[in-house]
Amino acid sequence: MLSVKNNQEVQFSTALVASCEEIISRYPEGKQKSAMLPILHAVQAEIGWLPAAAMDHVAALLKVEPIEVYEVASFYTMYLLRPQGKFLLEVCRTGPCCLVGAEKIMDHLENRLGIKEGEITADGLFSWRGVECLAACGFGPVLQIGPAYTFYENLTTDSVDKLLESLTEQEKNIHHGA
Amino acid sequence: MGRKLLLTHINEPGIHTLEVYRQKGGYRAVEKVLKQMTPDEVVEEVKKSGLRGRGGAGFPTGMKWSFLAKPEGVPRYLVCNGDESEPGTFKDRYLMTHIPHALIEGMIVSSYALGAHTSYIYVRGEMMPQIRILERAIQEAKAAGFLGQNIMSSGYNLEIYVQPGGGAYICGEETALLESLEGKRGNPRIKPPFPAIAGLYGCPTVVNNVESIAATVPIINDGGEEYAKIGIERSTGTKLISASGNIKNPGVYEIELGLPVEEFIYSDEYCGGMANGKRLKAVVAGGSSVPILPANLITTTAAGTARLMSYESLSDGGFQTGTMLGSGGFVAFDEDQCIVRNTWNFARFYHHESCGQCSPCREGTGWMEKVLHKIESGHGAQSDIDLLVDVAKKIEGNTICPLGDAAAWPVASAIRHFRDEFEWHIQHPGLAKTQNYGLAQYADPLQPIL
Repeated sequence: MLSVKNNQEVQFSTALVASCEEIISRYPEGKQKSAMLPILHAVQAEIGWLPAAAMDHVAALLKVEPIEVYEVASFYTMYLLRPQGKFLLEVCRTGPCCLVGAEKIMDHLENRLGIKEGEITADGLFSWRGVECLAACGFGPVLQIGPAYTFYENLTTDSVDKLLESLTEQEKNIHHGA
Repeated sequence: MGRKLLLTHINEPGIHTLEVYRQKGGYRAVEKVLKQMTPDEVVEEVKKSGLRGRGGAGFPTGMKWSFLAKPEGVPRYLVCNGDESEPGTFKDRYLMTHIPHALIEGMIVSSYALGAHTSYIYVRGEMMPQIRILERAIQEAKAAGFLGQNIMSSGYNLEIYVQPGGGAYICGEETALLESLEGKRGNPRIKPPFPAIAGLYGCPTVVNNVESIAATVPIINDGGEEYAKIGIERSTGTKLISASGNIKNPGVYEIELGLPVEEFIYSDEYCGGMANGKRLKAVVAGGSSVPILPANLITTTAAGTARLMSYESLSDGGFQTGTMLGSGGFVAFDEDQCIVRNTWNFARFYHHESCGQCSPCREGTGWMEKVLHKIESGHGAQSDIDLLVDVAKKIEGNTICPLGDAAAWPVASAIRHFRDEFEWHIQHPGLAKTQNYGLAQYADPLQPIL
């Protein structure tokens, strides 16, 4: 579902607009709609999620109707249709990862962060959710963090704790202007 | 040690760079096809190799290529399928991460064979780091004159672009992938027309898996006949196997097709046996869609012969007692794993990933998930088992694309081979929460129960 309640005014940075134009140039004349998925990734990387206003902007860039963007954004699981914590931890929950303890990792995240799947911590830093197979079954349990989609493999409850601490620390340093 | 064709130099420092890749003989195949071969000769060589699609279906690659329509004045496309979304499969990620130029070189060879001048590598969006790796490799190849206009003064032009997916299992299906590449929802198309006639933008298109495309490089370097000498029967060459689950050494292994399954599981060269001294209970041999087999049937066929890692041997016995090589996603389950819970997990996966176009799949996968969850959570009835079989049957064969079959087979096969475990769950709902059914009669053939 599109989040109308959380909709926000958006303005694409110059860099983002340039990147969109480069992406559109990869396809034959008149086939600019092919740029949809990569452009939505680029927009989400900049804003953190996809407000309806941002999707309307993409529609204008691609010369398509807004509904053509909404239907794509709502089909693919990577596109976030509502705001998330600054770090969205996505844990693989499919069979092979569960054979090696993915469910324990999700339980641990829920307890440690004190939030259920899909919620945001009070400080706005973290969200988590289970996602389907990430093609890393030999290195499970795994989680990824966008927008770079950095992978954390062979997770244990200890390594998850360390990860949370280092992300919190990293964030503190940014705010202290380090 | 089996022969390696794709991962020969995997441990070479810097093999991801064009410089080291070339030092190790990289881009010889591009030079050979552009300077010495016509596109049709390249197609013939791939036909001779007997290479079969490495994404899962196993369709002969050379034959697929020869179906490509070539109307005058219409562009033709090669699209590489790097969606790699079949649970249990992570070989393409491995190849793209470590030897990206093996794919880029294969893309140039294959695009030349097909007469494509613009080719796309569709990579699942979660593999953003691999997308960056491939983009860098493309830049390097272009700077070295292997891509762009008039490549190596041959008059042949080619551009390659990497396209990210958006997180949808269905986009591994070739027509859904094409829809996605056109900027739409990944709803599979009704075939015919096949992509070879009307694919990307309605133009003739070949869609090949990452590993299939990379395999064209050794085929061109050594010749199709040499490639066909490796392997067994109609399973020629080498195959990347993604090994996961409760084994000692999970990872990606390149095997010569025809390797005994028992050797693959227990040899230190490959999986190294089961982890933590546990015993083998079951194996999903070719990605989550293929039928699960109990330990005794994965290492020997019902006829009592040793089962081999090949298209033919793994499917020996049909769906009654066999399975499929599929994508080579080899998942091993130890005695502590619960088949009911795993089947529910897979059913939930397929329900989540159904695109929703066809009612049998959209509704049926949801039913299977719910009924399995009911059994798993201790509220199952004896009749639920037959209900599951019935729902699976009604999905199978009644959908536009194979996702329906892929969802039905794991459920049907789990019940076929582990029916007693399902019954035990239903009869002992309390016990099933605290205990595991264990091996029962599915004893590890190598280590009898003491």
